[in-house]
Amino acid sequence: MTRRMKSSLECGWQIALLLFWSAGPLWAVEPGGSTGQGTSIFAPASTPAKSIADVSVFVLVITGIIFLVVFALLLYSVVRFRGRAADGGREPAQVYGSMQIELAWTIIPILIVVVLFLATARVIHAIQDAPEPAGALDVIAIGHQYWWEFRYPKLGIVTANELHIPVSDPDHPTPTFLQLLSVDTDHSFWVPELAGKTDLIPNHPNRMWMDPQRTGVFMGQCAQYCGTQHAKMLLRVSVDRAEDFGAWVHAQQKPAVEDAGVIAGRQVFERNACMNCHAVGGTPADGRFGPDLTHLMSRATIAAGAAENTHDKLRLWIQNPSAIKPGSLMPAMKLSDADLDAVVSYMETLH
Amino acid sequence: MSSNVITVPVGQTEARPWVDELHQWLTTVDHKRLGILYIVSALLFLVIGGVEALIIRIQLMHSHNNFVSPEVFNRMFTMHGTTMIFFVAMPVLFGFANYLVPLMIGARDMAFPRLNAFSFWLSFLGGLLLYFSFLGGSGLYGAGNAPDVGWWSYAPLGARAFSPGHSSDYWTLALLVSGFGSIGTAINIIATILCLRCPGMKLNRMPLLAWLNLVMAGMVLLAITPLSAAQIMLLIDRYLGGHFFDTQAGGSAVLWMHFFWIFLHPEVYILIIPCFAFMSEIIPVFSRKPIFGYPVMVAATVCIAFVSMSVWAHHMFTIGMNSYANSFFTLTTMAVGVPTGIKIFNWIGTMWGGRIQFKTAMLFSIAFLFQFLIAGLTGIMMACSPFDWQLSLSYFVVAHFHYVIVGGILFALFGAFYYWYPKMTGRMLSERLGQWHFWLFLIGFHLTFDVMHIPGILGMPRRIYTYEPGRGWDTLNLIVSIGAFIQAVAILVFVANLIVSYFKGAKAGNDPWDAWTLEWSVSSPPPAYNFATVPTVSSRRPLWDLKHPEDPDSRYE
Repeated sequence: MTRRMKSSLECGWQIALLLFWSAGPLWAVEPGGSTGQGTSIFAPASTPAKSIADVSVFVLVITGIIFLVVFALLLYSVVRFRGRAADGGREPAQVYGSMQIELAWTIIPILIVVVLFLATARVIHAIQDAPEPAGALDVIAIGHQYWWEFRYPKLGIVTANELHIPVSDPDHPTPTFLQLLSVDTDHSFWVPELAGKTDLIPNHPNRMWMDPQRTGVFMGQCAQYCGTQHAKMLLRVSVDRAEDFGAWVHAQQKPAVEDAGVIAGRQVFERNACMNCHAVGGTPADGRFGPDLTHLMSRATIAAGAAENTHDKLRLWIQNPSAIKPGSLMPAMKLSDADLDAVVSYMETLH
Repeated sequence: MSSNVITVPVGQTEARPWVDELHQWLTTVDHKRLGILYIVSALLFLVIGGVEALIIRIQLMHSHNNFVSPEVFNRMFTMHGTTMIFFVAMPVLFGFANYLVPLMIGARDMAFPRLNAFSFWLSFLGGLLLYFSFLGGSGLYGAGNAPDVGWWSYAPLGARAFSPGHSSDYWTLALLVSGFGSIGTAINIIATILCLRCPGMKLNRMPLLAWLNLVMAGMVLLAITPLSAAQIMLLIDRYLGGHFFDTQAGGSAVLWMHFFWIFLHPEVYILIIPCFAFMSEIIPVFSRKPIFGYPVMVAATVCIAFVSMSVWAHHMFTIGMNSYANSFFTLTTMAVGVPTGIKIFNWIGTMWGGRIQFKTAMLFSIAFLFQFLIAGLTGIMMACSPFDWQLSLSYFVVAHFHYVIVGGILFALFGAFYYWYPKMTGRMLSERLGQWHFWLFLIGFHLTFDVMHIPGILGMPRRIYTYEPGRGWDTLNLIVSIGAFIQAVAILVFVANLIVSYFKGAKAGNDPWDAWTLEWSVSSPPPAYNFATVPTVSSRRPLWDLKHPEDPDSRYE
């Protein structure tokens, strides 16, 4: 008896510990957590993410209650009905079932499902069927193997990897509506603090929207496996104050800076295959396979966020992309050191 | 030389030359031997898939780790997933079904013994084909490689443009071939259960294990078919210039998703229903009570099977379906929780008022109930499609389905091993090693898969070979990896137990657990053709009737 007691006590203790562990998701998350590097789904900064977080907490509470009730039943039956030496090997009463009880534990879950479904359907409708208001910004996001292309059709801007959008005042909302396309495989646009993820699927245009209510840089990355470098298809969304966004738009609309000092670098760029894949506005380079470089220096990162946009990283990236992002589709051009320095200097004038 | 050796008296089969013995195993059509072949081959692949998992976990221990290259990492998770689902979980469950169903329904073999052997060897060949890709993936052109397109092989990543060479072809052929094996076994199980039950065993007197495997086999027929069709379409795309999934030529990537998930979601239930079957046999015996609500358990299973055929697109909430489709699949997915909940309640009802014996098999079963409960509840969370827009494709989903597959299916399987190993080998598994195995695996499991939910909530996508520092993912991933190694140690204990007990375990006798179904009425291991005289039954628990002639079940049914 004591041995049995001990093992079931141990069992109960263990289970209590597990309960603690399984509650982990609840306590690990600090709402309104860090800004900047945060990617928690429970730190929403825009309406879709907020409605999702709200319905999620509702579902968490309901499922948490179900867990506690069923777990208590399970624990009670394991402890209370453990075999004892005093039983003397007699069999317990043989019970075959009870229709009333079966009905009860069929109907109650059905009612819970109805409640959960109605709460969910409301949020689905609110997010998916939201009409696009007149003041909305339109952006086309195009997934490429391991980088993002962003086009602002009404503003005539093409950029890559770092999306700039205006902050949205709840009283005068200026949401951003994204049209999602892909030129190769499937990708998924996921910035957890701004919205749930939506896939970019070739030949299957999708749509999503967000209306961020605080400024800052929001992190995300490709969530749908898209090939070798899926891990480094990072994504950042800069939410700017209206005037900062206006200034950014103004700067992006300009053609590339022409600097006579780096003409050698420009020639290297245009003589080699660089210009087959990359565009520089206002020059003959109009490739579309790789990111648009017209305002490369306005971006904080290169290689879809895989490296910071510094002189050394940029040089390394052009010299040997595999050193930063093995499997990336940018080839090593095998430039001489002189050509390499020249082309890096050219890149560094593209503000 | 052999003439010198052979002085073996008739009947002492152990001393046969090993070539003879091997030949017998290779050509056998005996359901028990095929069952064991299925199980052993699955254990082999379990170890291989486990090593792949460990490689994944080492790589993810901290951010920007360089243990393996991205290419190798992508191959590892592709092979890990494919191996564990198609060459571990399916075969091991088919193995138990093969072994147990005829014994439990009082039949002498499966309905089609040769089809049975054919199906096993097809499945096994599928596994070999998959692993041959490591050598032959690039054909004659260079070093080989395994498929790296993920085990869903989403279009158009599986197209030739994005997956050159033959690695994807080995993946396709492996699934196609083993799929035909699964269809053969499913037909066999259905025919056996419908046609070979012993006298008196009406459908409503069948052990639940037989009932649930019947449902499972029916689902295999429905689910494997679209998978096979999709694989053939993919081959047509790759080699005959088809455009089913070729998005550049007007094909549809979404079509592949539908095909794949309309197979794969029922597949989850194909895997879990036989585990429900184990639970429905083990829990009553160790609670010393009959299963609570037998007819409701059968009805709930059939209900799960039906509803689970209409939930597949909950894997596709992020692909941009319209709000009505998202609502529909939210509803059906939540609805499947109702019959599943009924099952959990009935198992608790079975334990209620019983005298529970905490043998290792029962410990695994109780842990199953606990973990399956959590897996079901996280499933409800993701059924809520807005919640899923955040959780889908993240580590939360990875934690959820490992909770189902490891916390549910694998725990149930371990229970089944401890429960039926004595019947299969005639020897008991060591309870002492069993306790070590159970507690180590339990701790490792919870360390890994409880913690794994959190990086998902913190925005970590799945299938990334490395991640950025500063997102709060490092420590969590380290804990997850440590748990994986504890699980690996537990598996080693388990394998040691299987081997040591085979030679040194206590003799089991016919009926070590004082159980009630027909397999315990014959010797351990059962003789060829199982029953010298075909038994006649008059209730769901024939051995209970035999042991308690004063109070037989047949009086109440």
